[in-house]
Amino acid sequence: MEENNYLPFRSEVIDIIRHTKLEYTFKMAYNGAVLPGQFFEVSIPGFGEAPISVSGIDSGSVDLTIRRVGNVTGELFTRRPGGALFMRGPYGNGFAVGDYAGRELVVIAGGTGVSPVRGVITHFASQNSDAKKLTVIAGFKTPEDILFRKDFEAWKKRAAVILTVDKDEGNGGYPVGLVTEYIPKLDIQDLNTAAAIVVGPPPMMRFSTKGLIERGFKESNIWISQERRMCCGIGKCGHCKVNEVYICLDGPVFNFSRGRHLID
Amino acid sequence: MGYILSKEGLNKILSALSKEYMIFAPKIFENGNKFSDLPLVRYGRVNSVDEIAFDAKSSNSFKETFMPISQTLFFFTEDAVKEADSPLAGQKGAIVFLRSCDIHALKRLDEIYLNNSEADYYYKRVRDKIKFVLLPCKEPFASCFCVDMQSNKTESYDASVEIDGENTVCIDCKNHEWDCFFKEAAQKVLPVTPSFVVETKTRVSVPEQLSAAQATALGFWAEYDGRCINCGRCNFSCPTCTCYTMQDLFYSDNGRAGERRRVWASCMVDGFTDVAGGGAYRKKNGERMRFKALHKVLDFKQRFGYTMCVGCGRCDDICPEYISFSTIINRLSGEVTQNGGE
Repeated sequence: MEENNYLPFRSEVIDIIRHTKLEYTFKMAYNGAVLPGQFFEVSIPGFGEAPISVSGIDSGSVDLTIRRVGNVTGELFTRRPGGALFMRGPYGNGFAVGDYAGRELVVIAGGTGVSPVRGVITHFASQNSDAKKLTVIAGFKTPEDILFRKDFEAWKKRAAVILTVDKDEGNGGYPVGLVTEYIPKLDIQDLNTAAAIVVGPPPMMRFSTKGLIERGFKESNIWISQERRMCCGIGKCGHCKVNEVYICLDGPVFNFSRGRHLID
Repeated sequence: MGYILSKEGLNKILSALSKEYMIFAPKIFENGNKFSDLPLVRYGRVNSVDEIAFDAKSSNSFKETFMPISQTLFFFTEDAVKEADSPLAGQKGAIVFLRSCDIHALKRLDEIYLNNSEADYYYKRVRDKIKFVLLPCKEPFASCFCVDMQSNKTESYDASVEIDGENTVCIDCKNHEWDCFFKEAAQKVLPVTPSFVVETKTRVSVPEQLSAAQATALGFWAEYDGRCINCGRCNFSCPTCTCYTMQDLFYSDNGRAGERRRVWASCMVDGFTDVAGGGAYRKKNGERMRFKALHKVLDFKQRFGYTMCVGCGRCDDICPEYISFSTIINRLSGEVTQNGGE
């Protein structure tokens, strides 16, 4: 008999990093192959399961950055290091970093949309980066909502980083405005090969991809990652189906030349 | 091999088989209908031939016999999970009586649960132990459109059982394990071809040239915003719908233990696309109708090479707003043809 693909395994909470009041990163014990942009079904028995994308990969652990917005995620915030969660996965295709090697790369992310691309940015912002040039444009609601502050500081050393907020009532010192404002100003040498990744709320993705096309990016050089409800992760439950595509199997990462034709 | 036997002969065989198999067939439940004083035809356990509704169409399909509306996947405590036993544990298996369109629908269930990436553990565990018996259709029911959906004929069955006259049963057996039973009870051994429908009153024309973008742009979907009440009965009665939602529950007398279930879900019902934080897709009923219709006649075909809808007409029979899916297919076809296709 085949393995039971619905039974979750127990995984220890190694550490919890608090970013904001609503967003924590859970460092979970995990040994196995995993790519940025893939996701796990994380569960607390009694509260249910939720698909959570991988925001970091280390030897022996994965980071799951979770926003406290639902039943499952609310309960997750009661957990402490040393405790455990149940998980199954990883699921989905994830980002293939090889797609972006040797190119100018622009990553545009909004809010928790930074999580699935954090691994890609870290890869190309590292000392032995094989990207020609890396630009990161990230948007958050307010300065208090900014995630991965330390990472942004580190990425600045090797990447052009633009951090914007929608609203700043205090004096956070961040530019106020939308990520899309920075797209026309992008300094790109070779539009034939320049690549872009866009992850965030649906309206932000719609206007960012539109902006990139107007800036001269080729449709086939843009990648997006989609968020949908998913109860199984293995193409059965049907919640994430859009057209002939199952986001959990064929995505969540799509080349825009395919992704733009998906109609909910 | 074909056999002619009497009802008593078949009853003996059913009785013998029921020692090893759970047997499910459409049954009449008197006064069970949503309209008063009318019978409901639905699947249930049977042990004899007279319990089987040979001349009626079940309102819900065969799928509820082995894909239950609510199915426990595992039990949990705070620290451990334990797989739920198979409903067929201790049984050799189950036998399900069903119609030709339903056998075609079974192929679609298998496509999702066995072939669309890895096989579903719970589905396969039960599916491997089920035998299927064809209930041939001499005549179509009013809402059936199996001929146009090419689901009126099948050869994928373990046996077919057809009643001819008062006390004659015609069997076509393809499962060699069962030949011994039929040989013993047979009055005659001769080739038997099950009846199948060649013409239906309800006709549909599935548009050949269709794209999701083109179909989405059509205005008539908005008519269903008000007419459809998103009750989801069309999905629940459909033999090809496979969607489900996970549901966890705690036991009231032990808050630290509970179980995870999966329950049938419907793309027409509120909450189907809800994501954490309040996001949702397809908020209007018309958009959901378009999504469902295109899944049945376009998306599934693009992915797997054949149409999902099998034309059983159950969604038309059950809709409390009298929305007809066959009419939707024809409207879609008409609009596409009118606009010249792509």
